[in-house]
Amino acid sequence: MLQNFGKYLLFLKSLVTRGEPLKIIFKRTIDEAILIGINSIFIVALVSTFIGAVSTVQVSYNMVNALIPRSTIGFIVREMVILELAPTITSIVLAGKVGSSIAGGLGTMKITEQVDALEVMGINSTSYLVLPKILAALLVFPMLVIIAMFLGLMGGYIAGTVTGQLTAQEYISGLRIDFIPYNVVFALIKSFIFAFLISSISSYKGYYTSGGALEVGAAGTAAVTHSVIAVLIADFVSAQMLL
Amino acid sequence: MIEIHNIHKSFNGKVVLDGISGVFQTGKTNLLLGASGTGKSVLLKCIVGLIKPDLGSVTFDGTYFTNNKLDIRQEIRRKIGMLFQGSALFDSMNVEENVEFPLMMLTDMSRQERMDRVNFCLQRVGLEGTNKKMPAELSGGMKKRVGIARAIAPNCTYLFCDEPNSGLDPLTALKIDRLIKEITEEYNITTIVVTHDMNSVIEIGDNIMFLYEGKKLWEGTSNNILDSDVPELNEFIFANRLMRDAKKVEEEEERQKTP
Repeated sequence: MLQNFGKYLLFLKSLVTRGEPLKIIFKRTIDEAILIGINSIFIVALVSTFIGAVSTVQVSYNMVNALIPRSTIGFIVREMVILELAPTITSIVLAGKVGSSIAGGLGTMKITEQVDALEVMGINSTSYLVLPKILAALLVFPMLVIIAMFLGLMGGYIAGTVTGQLTAQEYISGLRIDFIPYNVVFALIKSFIFAFLISSISSYKGYYTSGGALEVGAAGTAAVTHSVIAVLIADFVSAQMLL
Repeated sequence: MIEIHNIHKSFNGKVVLDGISGVFQTGKTNLLLGASGTGKSVLLKCIVGLIKPDLGSVTFDGTYFTNNKLDIRQEIRRKIGMLFQGSALFDSMNVEENVEFPLMMLTDMSRQERMDRVNFCLQRVGLEGTNKKMPAELSGGMKKRVGIARAIAPNCTYLFCDEPNSGLDPLTALKIDRLIKEITEEYNITTIVVTHDMNSVIEIGDNIMFLYEGKKLWEGTSNNILDSDVPELNEFIFANRLMRDAKKVEEEEERQKTP
């Protein structure tokens, strides 16, 4: 395990040593960002809307004390969505979608010698292939998390009002109780950390694939598993350190 | 000219290359010949720097390569064109973009100059008009041709081909072999071809190095390979009935000439 971690660190170092021209990295980063963003927006929107909706219904179900105002439901849903559900669940969903795609793509390039073809041309394959993916993830993940926050709160609003658990007025006033702007900053910091972990771990798993189609599949699975574990550990550590 | 000296390579204690030395001449098609698993592709990858040898050195036209400074190694690599066994075309790019790629990355050419060069290279390998096709739409032979076009696009000085005719029918294989030989002579480049195909040996083998269990057992040309006295090489060559028949004919002709 330690050997693997060391190899991972050397892999990260290779991203920036003898890097490719900035113009090329920039162009590839934008291409990757479009790919990650466009391909992920639907699943992120779907998951976050339903999570917000379910959170509202379940919090409301547990809110049995008549002395507690109904607006508290909006307050709890807001805290859950902003602090945890939007950044972490979105990242876990993206670990599955983006992580497996990165590992599968790089793994296929590796076993079909496309990575070797780049190296033979004198091109730093990690800088050319991997760095833009990591930069694109750092750029896009926070945007997706912001969308997830908004849609999560909207989902809660729709679920609360449509099912009659609370009025629109109660929900909105709940959302505004003791709002701490730092919580949004904290969620965005987490999304940066998760973006880096997911994209770099998945790239690492894909880049060091050897064998055939079976190993590419295994690399995709390993990328998702390792990324999710890393996200959960980083979630705990960042909550402990930054809150 | 490429020189290799005392190349050793082992994987997990298994010796794959055992002290191989040799010279690959410019303007000649140099073949690395041997059965599967004898270390031909590993040797080729050691020469281009994809695998680092445990011991030994590689020199490109007098410039030491193996453990030299990174920028010098990069400089040499930019003169290398390589055709991979599976062609290794970039899946996400069409034919034109594949051939243009090294020009875009390694040269300061304008878009128009790059396109002119791409069209010239595609025409040279007989693939004019396929610019917009994706690799998945090409046959095995066409992929190899695109691979050759991509390799020669940046005016490479050294061309490496890893089993260029594997998986191809005999006629297409012959065309690819001849194309490699023509390009080598036309541009006066140093070409190394890994093969186990005796047809290639007879067709294009200017200089042949025979590897057996990681060792160099024989070196010569296609003209004298049938007269070798190395049992392992003879066993390899005459495993093919056509080659046995050819040898019989040659011996018969020799007998008739002898008074």
